[in-house]
Amino acid sequence: MFLFILRRAGVMALTALCMTFIVFLLTNLQPNLEKLAKTQAGSRITDAEVQSWLERNGYAEPILSRYGQWLGVLPGALTLAEDGTPESGRCIRGTTVDSVDEVPRFCGVLQGDWGYSTKFKVPVSEIIGERLARTGLLMFWAFATMVPLALIIGVLAGMREGSATDRTLSTFSIASTSTPEYVSGVIFVVVFASSMVGLRWFTGSAKSAVDGITFENFTLPVATIALYGMGYIARMTRASMAEVMTAQYIRTARLKGVSFRNIVLRHALRNALIAPFTVIMLQFPWLLTGVVIVEALFVYPGFGNALVEGAQNNDIDLLLAVSVVAVVVVLITQLISDIGYAFLNPRIRVT
Amino acid sequence: MAKRDYDGPILEIENLSISFFTRMREIPAVMDFSTVVQPGEAMGLVGESGCGKSTVALGVMQDLGVNGRIVGGSIKFKGRDLNDMTPEELRDIRGSEIAMIYQEPMASLNPAMRVGRQLMEVPMIHEGVSEKEAQARARQVVEDVKLPDPERILKAYPHQLSGGQQQRIVIAMALMANPSLLILDEPTTALDVTVEAAIVELVKDLGKKYGTSMLFISHNLGLVLETCDRICVMYSGEAVETGSIEDVFDKMRHPYTQALFRSIPLPGADKNSRPLKAIPGNFPLPHERPPGCNFGPRCDYFQDGRCNAQEIPMVGIEGDDRHDTRCLRVAEIDWDAPVQAEKTHEKGGFGKTVLKMDDLKKYYEVAANALFGGEKKVVKANEAISFEARESETMAIVGESGCGKSTFAKVLMGLETATDGQILLDNREIQDIAIEDRDTKTVSSVQMVFQNPFDTLNPSMTVGRQIMRALEIFGMGASEAERRDKMLELLDLVKLPRAFADRMPRQLSGGQKQRVGIARAFAGDARIVVADEPVSALDVSVQAAVTDLLMEIQRTNKTTLLFISHDLSIVRYLSDRIVVMYLGHIVETGTTDQVFSPPYHPYTEALLSAVPIADTHVEKRRIVLEGDIPSAMNPPSGCPFQTRCRWKSKVPGNKCETELPPMRDLGDGHRTLCWLDEAQMDEMEPVIKIAAE
Amino acid sequence: MESLTWTGALGPWLNPAIQIAALALVISAIANILVSVFTADDRVHYGPDGAVLQSSNATRYTRTAMMLSLAALILIALGYLVGGILLPAEQKGIIGRISTRFLPVWIALVLVFAISIAFKRRLGLYGHLFDNVIGMIGFGLVAFWVFSAIFADMIITFDPVQDVISGMKNKAPGTPLPSPGEGQYGYYLLGGDAIARDVFSRMVAGARVVLTIAPAATLFAFMVGIVLGVPAGYIGGRFDTVLSFVANLVLAFPVILLFFLLVTPEIVQMGVPTYMAGILFLFPIAFLVILWNSRFHTQPMTRNLLVAGTLLIGGWLYLGLAWDMDPFGLISIPGGVLIVFVSVVFVNSPTVFRIVRGLTLDIRTRDYVAAAQTRGEGRWYIMLWEILPNARGPLLVDFCLRIGYTTILLGTLGFFGLGLPPESPDWGTSINAGRGLLQFFPFPPLVPAVAIMSLVLGLNLLADGLREESLKD
Repeated sequence: MFLFILRRAGVMALTALCMTFIVFLLTNLQPNLEKLAKTQAGSRITDAEVQSWLERNGYAEPILSRYGQWLGVLPGALTLAEDGTPESGRCIRGTTVDSVDEVPRFCGVLQGDWGYSTKFKVPVSEIIGERLARTGLLMFWAFATMVPLALIIGVLAGMREGSATDRTLSTFSIASTSTPEYVSGVIFVVVFASSMVGLRWFTGSAKSAVDGITFENFTLPVATIALYGMGYIARMTRASMAEVMTAQYIRTARLKGVSFRNIVLRHALRNALIAPFTVIMLQFPWLLTGVVIVEALFVYPGFGNALVEGAQNNDIDLLLAVSVVAVVVVLITQLISDIGYAFLNPRIRVT
Repeated sequence: MAKRDYDGPILEIENLSISFFTRMREIPAVMDFSTVVQPGEAMGLVGESGCGKSTVALGVMQDLGVNGRIVGGSIKFKGRDLNDMTPEELRDIRGSEIAMIYQEPMASLNPAMRVGRQLMEVPMIHEGVSEKEAQARARQVVEDVKLPDPERILKAYPHQLSGGQQQRIVIAMALMANPSLLILDEPTTALDVTVEAAIVELVKDLGKKYGTSMLFISHNLGLVLETCDRICVMYSGEAVETGSIEDVFDKMRHPYTQALFRSIPLPGADKNSRPLKAIPGNFPLPHERPPGCNFGPRCDYFQDGRCNAQEIPMVGIEGDDRHDTRCLRVAEIDWDAPVQAEKTHEKGGFGKTVLKMDDLKKYYEVAANALFGGEKKVVKANEAISFEARESETMAIVGESGCGKSTFAKVLMGLETATDGQILLDNREIQDIAIEDRDTKTVSSVQMVFQNPFDTLNPSMTVGRQIMRALEIFGMGASEAERRDKMLELLDLVKLPRAFADRMPRQLSGGQKQRVGIARAFAGDARIVVADEPVSALDVSVQAAVTDLLMEIQRTNKTTLLFISHDLSIVRYLSDRIVVMYLGHIVETGTTDQVFSPPYHPYTEALLSAVPIADTHVEKRRIVLEGDIPSAMNPPSGCPFQTRCRWKSKVPGNKCETELPPMRDLGDGHRTLCWLDEAQMDEMEPVIKIAAE
Repeated sequence: MESLTWTGALGPWLNPAIQIAALALVISAIANILVSVFTADDRVHYGPDGAVLQSSNATRYTRTAMMLSLAALILIALGYLVGGILLPAEQKGIIGRISTRFLPVWIALVLVFAISIAFKRRLGLYGHLFDNVIGMIGFGLVAFWVFSAIFADMIITFDPVQDVISGMKNKAPGTPLPSPGEGQYGYYLLGGDAIARDVFSRMVAGARVVLTIAPAATLFAFMVGIVLGVPAGYIGGRFDTVLSFVANLVLAFPVILLFFLLVTPEIVQMGVPTYMAGILFLFPIAFLVILWNSRFHTQPMTRNLLVAGTLLIGGWLYLGLAWDMDPFGLISIPGGVLIVFVSVVFVNSPTVFRIVRGLTLDIRTRDYVAAAQTRGEGRWYIMLWEILPNARGPLLVDFCLRIGYTTILLGTLGFFGLGLPPESPDWGTSINAGRGLLQFFPFPPLVPAVAIMSLVLGLNLLADGLREESLKD
């Protein structure tokens, strides 16, 4: 077990390394850097000024060395003013220091320094922490509605394949998988929040949820995220349930005299939930897209919003932090899904 | 629920008809089926696949699925009609009064539930007993089915048990509530022969001990002979003959029963002097049944205008006990007439040696643990395989699962390369040449016929195209047109209509697909053909025809046939020499007569005893092997067979457990891998004796 | 002129009827689910003809009620459409007028359905689709949008990009033009958007954009997935390990982040999409060349002809599509579209790769593969001619699903204003343009939203129908 987790951790680290390097590469392309220089130092500066801005801020060094600095395996770049005091550099952004000795040599992710956001003008860790908390709340409620509902729908539909109940619920699930967040969001706002034609039950913006979530301001974002994922899980559960219900051992149980209710609850359910469990866990990375869309549509300043802002302003450190978080979440859910799979399915129990 | 006492027949089925309904039409699966099972009686239900025997069982269980429905007749269990019962009443009866055992033990146990739980459920549902009592009961039954270490077994998940153990658990589950009727649907088909023998023994003993009535469904006449008191033969949805075992086996009164017995290889049949008689034609599809007698079109005694003019009723045979047949001409046919002389053949001589194996070894390296890697383990799939095969010779390779016969075929074909030793094809070493590196001639002269007819042809290519591709690859024929002609000739060779060239494989029956497989193997004038259980997946009546075809082509082409099989009956019928394998070793080799008569290798002895034979004149010594075949991953030390050998005590010291015995020549090329000395060998008695008539 | 009503002269009769039918459907569907949950233990009964199965009397009633109200709903909806066409122009409502504009689509649909149903026994899996209600509905929806895209020029009432008519900004559906010119259509059928373009025409024109990019991108993703997935499954070993790692890497990458990083003008400026296209677009050519070679290497003449033809035509397309260097100047894609196309292919191929690899692992254990091996066939022949054709069922189903998923991805890109130019009529871009004023002027974003949903729904239903029918064989 320990070895297994260790090996997975190794793969995770390698994946995260590859991924952050790709993000680093893409954000540090020359045109992107020029764009950054112009947004930071004024849009009308000349090419020469752009070049000098980039050099002054350490963006002109070779890409590998800067990636090393970001990671924290190479010493951070430092420009000294003529009097020997540090003028600018990776490790002193956002602070003022008087002498070289106060500047730490390394200041990368490994040292816990996530860098400095050029857009928000604060350390990245602050933004990420705050935004993650908000998005976590959104995700929590989305999962809390989506998963139980989806499982119930899937089990009800799958336990009697081909029945009218199955047809109705399956149609609903297909419809829900066909409704991406930006469609359901638009429809929800028009129907439930629009001041012109709608019912005005909820508010169409989740801006106020920052100060405290209410039923009014949080229902629509949660419902929008939940709806798209729900159909997929429900369909998986239905397929798995339907397959299990035709298994020989269900017939054995039936011919043992077990009642239908107990067949479903005791014999079928556990076997039928193995496949959807994996799916639910793998939903996390997929949900990120939904979160970004919903946060944009309902103006909720969460993690997704940080991603959009970071990308639009080529905020390198912020984007890198966002991708690290995203990758770690994805990989951890994969790990949980593997372990949970082994737990649910005695056939591959880890010994 | 208290069980009803009832002293009439346990099960009375009268004029039962069952149909399945599809969108297009109604498909009758069982028609006008009647039978009676008395208390303590074992009834065998025999027929080929698709004859409706399993449907009868599910009809009794009232579990026909959404499309199946009983359209006529009654099924009375202890005098009460099951068709009229409410769901609650049915639930009470299922599991407590009627229990069922299925073909696939692994599939019929819930993979995510401990074995103990699954057993305890039965009395807890039906008798409302406490968990503790249920557990005690489960323990008791697990002991009854002779499983070692019941505590551990009860806590295990099904996948942690071997196939034989799983089937014992399924039997235990059926016996938990001490039912009055036990339905067994092909309970041993998925198991190895020696394991099957042990299970059959167990079922018989338990049936006697508990006084349970049994409905035993099987395609294997020999098994029914061993287990049942009465038999009912089914053909295409109808019972065609029913009666006591003795009556039906020795005084059969239906042409189908007769044809069936003539098409299975019983002791005494011989490919040259007494060849099998295949039933002509094909099993009718359920919606294309002929008018009148269903067997009419394939029957030797068919009379136009009579057999196909009316529905044929079941009639009793006078003088016999409840012996009925569904034949109009029962009184007119001379049932004792000798079999019409089928074409017999001179026993041909063998040519020069074409294939020689010398000390062939094949080892695999596998990771000890799939998930975590860990240290590598060596699996010895083939160990010191040596034999020769000559032109025109049929060499049988016999063994159960895990004995290494398939690995051996792979190495010979070049799909794998040998670890050590030699394979000489016409005195050329080919053991290290993988298939990609072999020249076309070598490839085309060693070909293979596969086991599973439903898997042997590419489902998305026409039959003709597949044969032509083989011709093309083997460099036969200069142009597309020439190859097409050649392909049509090959279809003639395997006795398929030329129109089949443009059919897709799914339009063919199992036997026809197997014929195409044979045609493809002979496309490049193969000189050595490896047939890997070519008929084991086919129905009995088709088996004979396909076997005959193979023999016939062999005779004309002087092919060397390596016939891999686990079925000793068919092996005795067609092979000239036999190699018996166990856990990667050759344990005995010799001519067919040498292997089938003493002295035996202890494993061969057990194997011979385990094979059910459908002949009442045959007397067999019962030798039941303990336990299961050891895993090839973890073979026993010393002699591979020592864990299950009943002769082990006769060998002084613990030589069997420590040292691998030498391959000993018993004279005339009869060799065996055993520590027993000559005197002990001579003590052995024949396993099979044919009683004088 | 007055504004149009939705239903025109049909309204007074049909509007109340459709409300009642819809209500009845919802109530009976819920009742049916509840009844079936509480009568779970009842025994199954059969109708007199045996084929009809009913669980209990209660469910029989709720089921019948459900069927009846559904039938009524469909009939009334048809009434709106057919009635709308038949009514004289001045009595038509918005629905009637739209229905009339779609006339070419209706004719094409009726023709396709009539021909397909008449010959369904001879059409293989496609024919079986018409035995399946779900599949037929799905096929109908997809065909509707495909024909809309084909006949878009006949359907649209205004130019979706150029026609900006003053005074029509954010107008409600059915608003007449203030001063219609000669030969100009009199109304904005589904209203005007924020810069006074016709929403209806943009929706129809959007179908053309979406239905060109989505299937083509999916097709390319399949080519890449197949060319890499089949050998990964068949050969295995290190090749498989490396490819699987890369596939998992791309899959672990949040799609949206990738889009934000990749689909930017700066990246296009760097030429990244061209290089990626240069690699990705090589796969179909490689695929075909290997396909022909493995099959016909025993007949060099045929092989050479096919390979040469593939290289010529493929090379020409390749130069035009990937490098914008078509020597005849016929083929070229703008950079913005190319990057969208490439990134969608890039995101989809790892999933296809994994599916194909899994199918290959399964099929390679079959005896006919062993038979091909034992007669000395080459690896590629076995992979492409023995394994791949037998994986076509699940792949076809996944292809349909994946077009739907790609459509959603395209919408996502449009929603964030990535890739396609802002005036493009595609549905995602339109939703993006209208979402700001969504609460006040719902129609500009709502119409393309419903369009996306119906197309994806159709594709999903079609895939479901195909899956059911292919399992029946």
